[in-house]
Amino acid sequence: MKNWLSTIQQNKRLQAIIIGLYIVVTFLSLYLAQKSVVAFLLLLSSLLLLYFTTFSNRVKWLIGGFVLVVLLPFAASQGEAYQSYMEVATLVGIYIAMALGLNIVVGLAGLLDLGFVAFFALGAYTYGIFATSQANNFMPFGQYPLSGESFWVFIFIGCLVAALFGVLLGIPVLRVKGDYLAIVTLGFGEIIRIIFNNLDKPVNITNGAMGLASVQPPRLFGIDFMYPSQFYYIVLVILIAVIFAVRRLEFSKIGRAWKAVRENEIAAQAMGIHLVRTKLMAFAVGASFSGMMGVVFAAKQTFVDPTSFTLLESITILVMVILGGMGSVPGVILGAALVTILNLQVLTELTNWLNQLSLNGVINVPDALSPAKMQRFIFGIILIFFALYRPQGLLPAKNPAFDEDELKNTEGNLVNTSVQKEATQHVHLDR
Amino acid sequence: MSILTVKNLTKQFGGLVANSNINMEVQKGSITAVIGPNGAGKTTFFNMVTGVYQPTSGEILLNNESIVGLKPHQVTKKGIARTFQNIRLFGAITVLENVMIGMHNHLHGGLFSTILNLPRVRKEEKEARKEAYRLLEYVGLESFFNEEARNLPYGAQRKLEIARALATKPKVLLLDEPAAGMNPKETSELTKLIYNMRAELDLTIVLIEHDMKLVMEISEHIVVLDHGEKIAEGTPDEIRNNEKVIEAYLGKGAATTAS
Repeated sequence: MKNWLSTIQQNKRLQAIIIGLYIVVTFLSLYLAQKSVVAFLLLLSSLLLLYFTTFSNRVKWLIGGFVLVVLLPFAASQGEAYQSYMEVATLVGIYIAMALGLNIVVGLAGLLDLGFVAFFALGAYTYGIFATSQANNFMPFGQYPLSGESFWVFIFIGCLVAALFGVLLGIPVLRVKGDYLAIVTLGFGEIIRIIFNNLDKPVNITNGAMGLASVQPPRLFGIDFMYPSQFYYIVLVILIAVIFAVRRLEFSKIGRAWKAVRENEIAAQAMGIHLVRTKLMAFAVGASFSGMMGVVFAAKQTFVDPTSFTLLESITILVMVILGGMGSVPGVILGAALVTILNLQVLTELTNWLNQLSLNGVINVPDALSPAKMQRFIFGIILIFFALYRPQGLLPAKNPAFDEDELKNTEGNLVNTSVQKEATQHVHLDR
Repeated sequence: MSILTVKNLTKQFGGLVANSNINMEVQKGSITAVIGPNGAGKTTFFNMVTGVYQPTSGEILLNNESIVGLKPHQVTKKGIARTFQNIRLFGAITVLENVMIGMHNHLHGGLFSTILNLPRVRKEEKEARKEAYRLLEYVGLESFFNEEARNLPYGAQRKLEIARALATKPKVLLLDEPAAGMNPKETSELTKLIYNMRAELDLTIVLIEHDMKLVMEISEHIVVLDHGEKIAEGTPDEIRNNEKVIEAYLGKGAATTAS
């Protein structure tokens, strides 16, 4: 088996054939068997296979992009399940972006945040309030709802609002560390939700528990974005931007500072790293991804209410990060995709199937035991297994490997050699 | 010329006086050792100079400019770097990146220029990698550059701490027990390295060390602390024959028996 794998690893042509075949087969099976969720998931997992190939990054991005932009939507588009597939794919994208945001805070900077969904809520409400007539209640000027064209601006506004609150939360919270930080952020997450739940009086800003209905759909060149298949592309574009941003930050001065703070705060400070500023930046950048996706979420659901932003959501996003591998971008993407698909497709499909069986009188499963209701239970078991057998996650974080040839300098040493000679003489004299 | 001046420095933790009225001057370009029995307050002294602790009273001047009240990262910016007694490397990160973290204040890539991957940032990163590698060569760790720092042998970890401190481009380097846990061969390499750094990198070095052979061999000036107070200072020869020092290390009566 090992031998066999290494042969494939060395042979790029073989890899190309395998991945090509895999994509074609899964594409065709999805195309022909529209109702097969399995085919849809198999086509998606071609991306995972692609990750393990040894092609250059550019080639991987091109193939992956082609699968996501063209093949997947096209193969799914032939049947009635099209929109539900795209709905799942869109939500996967939203959760991946959020998990990548949380990964910066938890995985890179090492700050445990249990209230991360608050930033998602902030983004969602930012667009929700101004894209419904709600804003008329308290805004002294302007006509609301704003048109769907404003959505594109709101992606950035949502990003900024979330980042701003990330900083505002961070300033008092970063005085505490470790477990205390987790408790305080947990509190923050709940406070934001409760504020949104109750901010319908004295001035009606969020419409309380009733939520905000009929949010304006995004509009571009006179086309309204109404269907998941259209949102899919919005999410895809944002997600790719987010992945690029995270990758670049991770291996930059800023990312190194985050990791240094995670590894040892005192040493990080001794290296000249401004502790508070570094942590605040982690909070702000992480939150901003979440805020952007909140705006998209509000527009996609056309309805925003506080029940979408409970503690369970925060925990779910954290599970994605831990399951995938803290600090590892590919890991977190995989973790987020797995958890979302498990939630939305596998568990619901299982429930449907069991319901079908009990309807036909084959077996009788009590309603309380239906898989869709056991989400937390299943998460719990998964987490325990991972804590025991794979604590670094599915795809553990990897350090960058540097190329020695690039590092070796041809232009001379730290100090030129003549000085070095003098120095050794100097030492002799001292002795 | 004195580069680092300490005046009446006192630190109290509640009722415990860790450092009391310490005065000292460190000459530019010198190698100064701070010695004393365990619990004498040597590391507390270092922690005050680097801003980890704030002194209860007293003054610390770097080039005649007070650095009391500055945060550790600001002290580093002013030009004081340090290593730690209990090694504090960034364990899960590669050796090369550990050194690059030391360059933090000399790199200028901001948030947006990094996300946009501007050519200026790319160039700076490339230069930083080369520079870090040169520093590793300087301390003799270049073969480990892609290893995780926590996997290095003990002596190498101590050297990496030095390389990392050098990356901040300090004027004064504080070494907290650099030879602790090293074998004689490693210690003699370290001695050479300390000499070389002083001569070639225009550094002033202050070190805490228990290895008396190293201390006596390397330092031009020695300050002895005991119970938080300075009990003696002078050249190695003066210290070797100082009764108070012998008493502090060996107990009362030892001085008279020895002489």
